Amino acid sequence: MFQLLNTILIGITAGAIYSLMAISIVLVWRSTRVINFAQAGMALLSTYFGYEAMVHFNSFWIALPVAMVGGAGIAALIELVFMRLLVKRSSTGPMAAVAPIIATLGLLGLIKGIISSIWGGADVRLVGPVTNVGYSIGDKTLAFSPLKLLTLCTVVALMLLLTVLFQKSNIGLSLRASAYSPEIARLSGVKVDFVRTLGWSLAGAAGAVAGMFQTVNGNGAFSPESIEFALLLISGFIAAVIGGLESLVGAVVGGLVLGLVISFVLMYISSSLFFIAPFVILLIILFVRPQGILGVKAARRA
Amino acid sequence: MTLTVTELTIHHGAICAISDVSFTVPKGQLTAVIGANGAGKTTLLRTLSGLNKSTHGTATWNEHNLLHSKPETIVRHGVSHVSEGKAVIPELSVVENLELGAIWRKNKKEAAESKASVIDIFPRLGERLNQRADTLSGGERQMLAIGRAIMSKPQLLLLDEPSLGLAPLIVEQIFQTIRDLTTSMGLTVVLVEQNAMGALKIADQGVVLNLGKVAVAGTAQSLIADPQVRAAYLGY
Repeated sequence: MFQLLNTILIGITAGAIYSLMAISIVLVWRSTRVINFAQAGMALLSTYFGYEAMVHFNSFWIALPVAMVGGAGIAALIELVFMRLLVKRSSTGPMAAVAPIIATLGLLGLIKGIISSIWGGADVRLVGPVTNVGYSIGDKTLAFSPLKLLTLCTVVALMLLLTVLFQKSNIGLSLRASAYSPEIARLSGVKVDFVRTLGWSLAGAAGAVAGMFQTVNGNGAFSPESIEFALLLISGFIAAVIGGLESLVGAVVGGLVLGLVISFVLMYISSSLFFIAPFVILLIILFVRPQGILGVKAARRA
Repeated sequence: MTLTVTELTIHHGAICAISDVSFTVPKGQLTAVIGANGAGKTTLLRTLSGLNKSTHGTATWNEHNLLHSKPETIVRHGVSHVSEGKAVIPELSVVENLELGAIWRKNKKEAAESKASVIDIFPRLGERLNQRADTLSGGERQMLAIGRAIMSKPQLLLLDEPSLGLAPLIVEQIFQTIRDLTTSMGLTVVLVEQNAMGALKIADQGVVLNLGKVAVAGTAQSLIADPQVRAAYLGY
């Protein structure tokens, strides 16, 4: 019973971070139809921004917004300078569909290289604002700490904020309209190019939060080659696919499902499956429900 | 305030879709642009609203050059385009589709008034405000597309085949609504149609396009009376 509770708690916390990463992948996909493999690199760079702020101000609560703003800025810059030019240059021919995706792979390497040349390859350390030592019930320690509670609350708050932004504001309507039908959005007066940049920025900020919390929930150390960030990209991507790639709710559901399944596999089957389980889940989803859990098969009519 | 198109030429790659087309649409008038499939009607409208690029010629509305502006700029100058095929966003609700049309307008009170008047014109939309647009019938979707365009407070309305794929009774309703809107809102309308008879019946003027060129132009009545137009486009 206690083990079951722990498994669920671990799954939900991990899943919440995957959800954020999935959201940032979905946001980019929806605004520009690009699968952004550089998202983890951008999250990593944002986390370094957070680390710098931490060094100067010694406060996680300053570091987090700095990372978010930095992440949003970097994402906007990449979309404006790099992606827009790339799409224009390779808009026809056999490379048109794949060029932006391959380019993000290149971008991932480039960002890591830039980070290494600025901060070096050695581990740096980020400390969370509250302790990661679990709450205790009687003589047992729960796999749920103040830090995990904070992580969960932050992720939930961000998701509520994004939901309100998307569903209740004009900016959200512009973002959705541009994603579903850029042409009708344009004819209605939406500045679609600007909205695309905005979508990337939101993705950058969400990725930054994922990066910051992924780091402090681990041992706090990270470097350009951190396995945590490679995992974050893979998990976020898988969560996004589970959720159908199109919807923010799907991304959240996908993240939680992935987090829980991995947690249960590690606890009840074998902890050696850590690197295998996510990929098996991805393959099963692609075979059984390629449109994702919430996705609808070929929903669009003319 | 007229729409003036002069010597307009548009290419799709190597193919010339519109060649040396000139016509004017006076304020408050409804002009039907008719012609067979592939005559260049849709291309013409898409160029006027900034979606396509032209090769040669001019097109001005209200002294504003339409040919070198983006669609999102052109709509701010009072030109609304309802593109082909029930141009609504199926994933959005009816009310969101309507609000999208007014998204650039600063005066939210006026936008709310526009919404009230659209619902007044199309009560069916008012009953379905919170439904997704893809649950609507074809006729309702066309109403929504026109409603969205009206939300942009247009002076010039560009309509691309509003009758496409609709039942004859609905087509008649839509055409009547377009005529009423032109008169009551003082709109200037360019109506592109394959349904030549239906369009000419409600139009003040007509332009017949054939293979990208103006074949005949004149008042709607004169076109309906023209034996050649009757034989080629009206079928009797």
